[in-house]
Amino acid sequence: MPFSDDVRSRLDADAAQIIGKYPRPRSALLPLLHLVQSEEGYVSADGIAYCAEKFGLTEAEVTAVVSFYTMYKRAPVGDYHVGVCTNTLCAIMGGDQILAELREHLGVGNDETTPDGKIRLEHVECNAACDYAPVMMVNWEFFDNMTPQSARQLVDDLRAGNKVSPTRGPGRLCTWREASRILAGFNDDQATDGPAAGPASLVGLELAKEHGWTAPAPTQGDKQ
Amino acid sequence: MTDTLTPVLTAHWDQPDAFTLDGYKRVGGWRALPKALAMEPDDLIATLKSSSLRGRGGAGFPTGVKWSFLPQGDGKPHYLVVNADESEPGTCKDVPLMMANPQELVEGVVITCYAIRAHHAFIYVRGEVLHVVRRLRHAVEEAYAAGYIGTDILGSGFDLDVVVHAGAGAYICGEESALLTSLEGYRGLPRLRPPFPAVAGLYACPTDINNVESIASVPSIVANGADWFAGLGTEKSKGYGIFSLSGHVTTPGQYEAPLGITLRELLDLAGGMRAGHRLKFWTPGGSSTPILTDAHLDVPLDFESVAAAGSMLGTRALQIFDETTCVVRAVLRWTEFYEHESCGKCTPCREGTFWMVRVLERLEHGQGTEEDLEKLLDICDNILGRAFCALGDGATSPITSGIEYFRDEFMQHQKEGGCPFDPTASTLFAELGGPGGSSPRGLAGSTS
Repeated sequence: MPFSDDVRSRLDADAAQIIGKYPRPRSALLPLLHLVQSEEGYVSADGIAYCAEKFGLTEAEVTAVVSFYTMYKRAPVGDYHVGVCTNTLCAIMGGDQILAELREHLGVGNDETTPDGKIRLEHVECNAACDYAPVMMVNWEFFDNMTPQSARQLVDDLRAGNKVSPTRGPGRLCTWREASRILAGFNDDQATDGPAAGPASLVGLELAKEHGWTAPAPTQGDKQ
Repeated sequence: MTDTLTPVLTAHWDQPDAFTLDGYKRVGGWRALPKALAMEPDDLIATLKSSSLRGRGGAGFPTGVKWSFLPQGDGKPHYLVVNADESEPGTCKDVPLMMANPQELVEGVVITCYAIRAHHAFIYVRGEVLHVVRRLRHAVEEAYAAGYIGTDILGSGFDLDVVVHAGAGAYICGEESALLTSLEGYRGLPRLRPPFPAVAGLYACPTDINNVESIASVPSIVANGADWFAGLGTEKSKGYGIFSLSGHVTTPGQYEAPLGITLRELLDLAGGMRAGHRLKFWTPGGSSTPILTDAHLDVPLDFESVAAAGSMLGTRALQIFDETTCVVRAVLRWTEFYEHESCGKCTPCREGTFWMVRVLERLEHGQGTEEDLEKLLDICDNILGRAFCALGDGATSPITSGIEYFRDEFMQHQKEGGCPFDPTASTLFAELGGPGGSSPRGLAGSTS
């Protein structure tokens, strides 16, 4: 069913803002796909038709783009996308075991959503947090240094509606749709929430301070 | 002479507001920009050249030289695209940098655009790191509000717009030409070169593509001088860089040091291998760089020395594995990653990675033969240098190096009819009662 007039006019306003940022309109296709995903929780046939119309493309052309990128989902995700890194380093440090236990605990296979529509479980590739291995992502926020126990607790809390905070991220965990809207280009008000850096990011700096190690003083210039 | 660690990019990450404009200014930020705007763009390019900064995204191409490749006076728009698609397995430096210190990156963006005469910059950040996307956008908004981005920046007459563009999940988009295709709104397929992006990049216009850490290094070079930067590091690998230690070390994390530091030194800083274990193998710069062993603890981690040792410095992503780790399992998993991420454009990579996974699965499950190893090496030989882009080349690295150093272990799987390793022993939670504690105490060098 195509978008209602209400939805369409809201999307049109957002789309105009996004497209306006790029020298050539088609560059806005990826953000617009994030946008239609934020509307419905996944990229539906209607979402694809909407984007095709915006750019004067065929639906096949847009679908070709959608199918290339793993973050676009073609079926409803639920409120929380739960990713477990099983690339080599996280897998070996415990990610394989965490994923296996979560599958059993939730009773779903890879890339499946729980019957209550709350959680989509997926194994993900390296998410650039190897010093916090094993790593999980919920709606693309970091949950660091996980164990099978803490992973089970996390999904239980998500399903129960308990407050859950990412390790390095905002105080309030976004829903999947809200996260997609941020990716489309519209920040929420949580950018300044959370720490500048997590503990592992600081180990070298702390060691340097302890030893009085610094970069050499400038030979010229005025930087402190 | 030079200190062991030299925090520059990481120097203020412990400040709670390091990522804000005020926090960055308090520690001397945004002082390089007025200095840069007072210079001729060509002089800035010359400064970068003489600093000898080499690209921090893995390939190590001299940044200033890359800038100088953009034709000038050609009448076409120029673009800067920052490659913030950090996805190389093991690599975890740009994401914490953008989380803690996005302002320094943005200052580098403005200076770089002025140097290459670009009025539009894009930061292409992988989409799977939501808080980093927020922080980048916040940093750009603050810089607009302060007049560091926008029209007539600091009264210089220079105009610039900066867009934070979130990707959608595709490792190949870290390859610079695929990134451009993706930024134009297509499937992220790599492009044939030449023409190089400097001549025909985004929208077929001259485009400079640099890694996050490279661009973030620009303000300190401009502020402190090219000689200051070139005074650090080794003869051909100058400056400082972030070294990311992960895996079976006591204290994994980010260590910013002059290029040329060794793994032995870094392991000492990181408290050695986890207690009771010894180093087995490691990657110097992500999964696409051939693995090394405990025989390479004293290789200076600079571009030349790591290449001479048969690998690549890459992104300084040191993934460290101890003796509980099955190398066949590790290589299989990396190969599954490359199979999944192969874009399908060229046959050697698309078909080769598929078949390498099948053969490696057989080996890991104890059903492989000596001939399978030769088959793997033959497939690698048909991918390396014959694939369309570096993804295919990278896919061969774990396999060829894994077989080179651990051929016996591959065959041990066949002899024992399966994997001889207990996967729980290599997990972080193994020490809580798992069998990991019973491992031998043969420690590599002084690294425990």
